[in-house]
Amino acid sequence: MIWNEKIECASRDEMRDIQSERLKETVTRIYHNVPSYRQKMQAVGLVPDDIKSVDDLSKLPFTLKTDLRDNYPFGLFTVPMSEIVRIHASSGTTGKPTVVGYTRKDLNNWAEMITRGLCMAGVHRDDIVQVAYGYGLFTGGLGMHYGCENLGASVIPISGGNTDKQLQLMQDFGTTVLACTPSYSLHLGEELAAKGIKKEDLKLRIGIFGAEPWTENMRKEIEASLGIKAIDIYGLSEIMGPGVSCECEHQAGMHIMEDHFIPEIIDPITLQPLPAGEVGELVFTTITKEGIPLIRYRTRDLTRLNYEKCACGRTLVRMEKCKGRSDDMLIIRGVNVFPSQIESVLLEMSETAPHYLLIVEREGNLDTLKLMVEVQEQFFSDEIRQLEALRKKIKNKLQSTLGISVDVKLVEPKTIERTAGKAKRVIDNRNL
Amino acid sequence: MIIKQLSVFLENKTGRLNEVTQLLGNAGINMSAMSLADTSEFGILRMIASEPEKALSILKESEFSVRLTDVVCLNSPNEPGALARALNILSGEGVFIEYLYAYSMDNKTANIVLKPDNIQKCIEVLQAHKLELVSASDMYKI
Repeated sequence: MIWNEKIECASRDEMRDIQSERLKETVTRIYHNVPSYRQKMQAVGLVPDDIKSVDDLSKLPFTLKTDLRDNYPFGLFTVPMSEIVRIHASSGTTGKPTVVGYTRKDLNNWAEMITRGLCMAGVHRDDIVQVAYGYGLFTGGLGMHYGCENLGASVIPISGGNTDKQLQLMQDFGTTVLACTPSYSLHLGEELAAKGIKKEDLKLRIGIFGAEPWTENMRKEIEASLGIKAIDIYGLSEIMGPGVSCECEHQAGMHIMEDHFIPEIIDPITLQPLPAGEVGELVFTTITKEGIPLIRYRTRDLTRLNYEKCACGRTLVRMEKCKGRSDDMLIIRGVNVFPSQIESVLLEMSETAPHYLLIVEREGNLDTLKLMVEVQEQFFSDEIRQLEALRKKIKNKLQSTLGISVDVKLVEPKTIERTAGKAKRVIDNRNL
Repeated sequence: MIIKQLSVFLENKTGRLNEVTQLLGNAGINMSAMSLADTSEFGILRMIASEPEKALSILKESEFSVRLTDVVCLNSPNEPGALARALNILSGEGVFIEYLYAYSMDNKTANIVLKPDNIQKCIEVLQAHKLELVSASDMYKI
């Protein structure tokens, strides 16, 4: 089923007209309501009237994650707080979270995007959807939740974790659709096997997985272990949350909700737009968002776009699975982690040197993060319990800053390699 | 009565202990007592060396995390119940022991290296009860 056929199957010309119209309106609104972006436009001699269609998009200055940080918490909102009905936040680059606000209309649009995505995946109103994304500041849980309700499916808002209960409800309630991170679905599959539950005894048929990178091999593994069709959903909280794009049953790229977001692919070095089909950094301009509209937001995700009509009948442009990042962000168990966040925690603590090494592993199907950090000579204690206390202190600080647990290992001073250029801070052994 | 003990932070990594002993050996520094405490993540090597200050600077030059820690050494009769008596006295007087290690070179006496929470009080308590402490100079000479 196609939820909004008029939009999802619009011709390229029709979509262009919708986008041009909405872009002009958005640019005008931001120009008048967001001083920092107005200054950026003025710096390059642009006024809203210079933007006449999507062809003028590349004239506009970019928005970066640091802009959200610099205007923390609500500086980029273009409506008064009385219009904001929800706030979400994700971890930022240096300790402060990235904050986004939604108006009532934003939430309605978001719910529709997810509903469209669910329909693309083959979900219908008779389905029972177990939402095992985290509910809370993270956009995953609540985003999926309202999309499912909007469709009319039955939602089990179980949130993340508590694997035993997930499996119990999956059996008892006859869950047909699972929504969570791909790595957690693999973990559920393993636990299922360990408990001797056969996948044939479950009613699961579709999985909607996102919030972290995953490979085609993982897809095969998930599909085999749970006996389902595994669908990739993409999103980022700055732009909306999950549902910015989603795969259809043909699993041939994620359809971007183009009537809400205009995608571009740029060369991350020259910052020039690249022709369709080339791999580069994905940039989004939101064109319906009221709470925090963003112009040419650099996602740092590397991918490419395919404008051909899909076998499903939709014309919405498709993006490939992300091929990596143009910055050093890591996604661990669905949580964004920047090495700079870890660095700032270590710098705040006098006991440690800001020399560290992060090692990311996939143990079983769950990502683990290990931090090796040097003990400053003057803080080296002869007593084990003091060193253990230091280790625990670092661990707790990281847990509260990053939102995930980190295995901390104290190492001798000067043992972490110093390099003349950009220090190698991260070893990612996950082979994604 | 206060003895300077060398404490060295060691990651759990092969070869590090060798390196410490080699460095001190090459410098002609003798070790009279040593203990290695280990956790799953790291270890702490504690030792009494003939020239603690020199050993400290040699290890520092080789970029070890090392420090000198004040400890006392009790010389106790090498017989059943002797250590228990000494420890009873200390706990009775409220002296807390962070760690200890002991060695014996004959069947007459044993040396017990103690790291108390309050070293001055520990020394006073032991001396008041006429327990024999090993002097630093004697300790370094062994």
